[in-house]
Amino acid sequence: MKRFNPAYSFLYILWIVLFVIAPLVLIVYQSFFDISGHLTLANYQAYFGSGTYLKMTLNSIWYALLITLLTLLISYPTAYWLNQTKNKQLWLLLIILPTWINLLLKAYAFIGILSQNGSVNHFLTFVGIGPQQLLFTNASFIFVAAYIEIPFMILPIFNAIDELNPSFVNASRDLGATNWQTFSKVIFPLTINGVKAGVQAVFIPSLSLFMLTRLIGGNKVITLGTAIEEHFLVTQNWGMGSTIGVVLIVAMVIIMFVTGERRKKGRKGE
Amino acid sequence: MKRLVSFILGILAVCLLLFMTSSHLQKAQGLTNSDTLTLYNWGDYIDPQLIKKFQRETGYKVRVETFDSNEAMFTKIQQGGTSYDLAVPSEYMVQKMRKAHLLKPLNKSRIHGLANINSRFLNLGFDPDNRYSVPYFWGTLGIVYNDQMVKANQVQHWRDLWSPRFRNQIMLVDSARDIMGMALIEQGHSVNTTNPVQLNAAKKRLDQLSPNVKAIVADEIKMYMAQDEAAVAVTWSGEASEMMANNSHLHYVVPSEGSNLWFDNLVIPRTAKHYKAIYAFINFMLRPENAAQNATYVGYATPNKAAEKKLPKSVANDPQFYPDEKTISHLQVYQDLGPRMVGIYNDKFLEFKMHGH
Repeated sequence: MKRFNPAYSFLYILWIVLFVIAPLVLIVYQSFFDISGHLTLANYQAYFGSGTYLKMTLNSIWYALLITLLTLLISYPTAYWLNQTKNKQLWLLLIILPTWINLLLKAYAFIGILSQNGSVNHFLTFVGIGPQQLLFTNASFIFVAAYIEIPFMILPIFNAIDELNPSFVNASRDLGATNWQTFSKVIFPLTINGVKAGVQAVFIPSLSLFMLTRLIGGNKVITLGTAIEEHFLVTQNWGMGSTIGVVLIVAMVIIMFVTGERRKKGRKGE
Repeated sequence: MKRLVSFILGILAVCLLLFMTSSHLQKAQGLTNSDTLTLYNWGDYIDPQLIKKFQRETGYKVRVETFDSNEAMFTKIQQGGTSYDLAVPSEYMVQKMRKAHLLKPLNKSRIHGLANINSRFLNLGFDPDNRYSVPYFWGTLGIVYNDQMVKANQVQHWRDLWSPRFRNQIMLVDSARDIMGMALIEQGHSVNTTNPVQLNAAKKRLDQLSPNVKAIVADEIKMYMAQDEAAVAVTWSGEASEMMANNSHLHYVVPSEGSNLWFDNLVIPRTAKHYKAIYAFINFMLRPENAAQNATYVGYATPNKAAEKKLPKSVANDPQFYPDEKTISHLQVYQDLGPRMVGIYNDKFLEFKMHGH
């Protein structure tokens, strides 16, 4: 402990205070003011008293769930397969690569792909199905959102599988377990922390997606992010926008708590 | 670690060098000079040739900074970090900025050529006697249609949009005031109503429109319409003219029963410093030949009556952008309704967006 330099922790604490704690305090503080600057609980009353916001919350949670589920279904096998390949770091890099591209650019690319004159519709016409309305549907919104979130799900799962000691798998096979039993009783439970981290990294941002709801969803999918954007930019009702933000933060804490690692009671006896 | 430090130091040195070069260049261009006029404008909303001409004629330098929403501009001027000399807010924002004491009154004795402006566009509710603003461009809200999918006589009025023929065919611009305003006009009410009964009725009417609504989008509406993604769109004349430049099948209609009439206006914000240059610029832009050149470049309608005469006949007589007197007389200008009413309009619009999904 002698070599511990307080200067390092000072920088860290400064960073946390400035960019994590201060914004949180400001948001909570703002949420108690109405549009004319009076201290009030009216924003929370409006949120929990109006069907609109509750419906929007349910909507957001529902879509975030679907997006997370789809991402998980694609990511787990992908991460597993990546670990089996020879050049896994290279493949992993290729999967992370799209995250270096701006979200807006990716969204615009999808507009080009899914639009009436886009490549998907050209293909559908070519095979005789004929052009379909793809943009502005719930399916295309979930698809594009899942595409964007997939790297954030694959990475933690990949790491978890990577750290998995292969001798457990071998032992399971030696003792006569089938492939499915090995997966469900050994591999999946041992990598569950990667899955939890991935779910956290995908579900929480999905709750407040707003750019995609407009660009790909055509505002037919409304999430809490849409409402926050509107309150800060259009109505300038920062109090209400902050209230929704506080609700999102609380939701985030709950998700972290549910999916977080908890100490098992029986650990001592193991 | 040593290599990392030297790497970071290297980057910092490059940044410093770039910064010094850019400030040197700015000085060379006179951008930090006291003769520099800072114009805070919408993107691509003035002919760059005109700026060159102005600089040659008067010797003042012009620096153009851009914004993409009235609200963003309001916030920046309120902060007062940059000394903007002229800004171009829309009419309701002029009213809001005036209430927030962000505007300097115009000195009319230093302005020449205000008589060129069509008197219909002067002395309006948002700025009586034009104490603070000079109209820059004007336009309307209307219906864009694609003649490959829709016949002209099928979309002449707002109520036509509710026709079952347009199921999942209409794109709306993502603006609470405009879409609520459209429903209010369709029902024969004022776009500035604060009557809750009328607002609720308008929202119910919009809910009936939702099976026809394909998407509610912002700027992308231009791209979608140009690519034949939808048959009909509700948007502003300015956006319409850009779409039509990219797709000859598109046409624009201002419903004769009424619509919104909007203005963008030159104003002097509180942050202004270079008054000589400001008035020189306002007078320069009021000159008919310059206003006409600007209108040709931007594609919006000029309020300058004298300039209108200098425009090609095909433009000045185009009823899409210069509607007839009868239609103009039915157009309504938005008033700033105050934050509470704006909130109500937006909540209703949000409820409409959520309806039926």
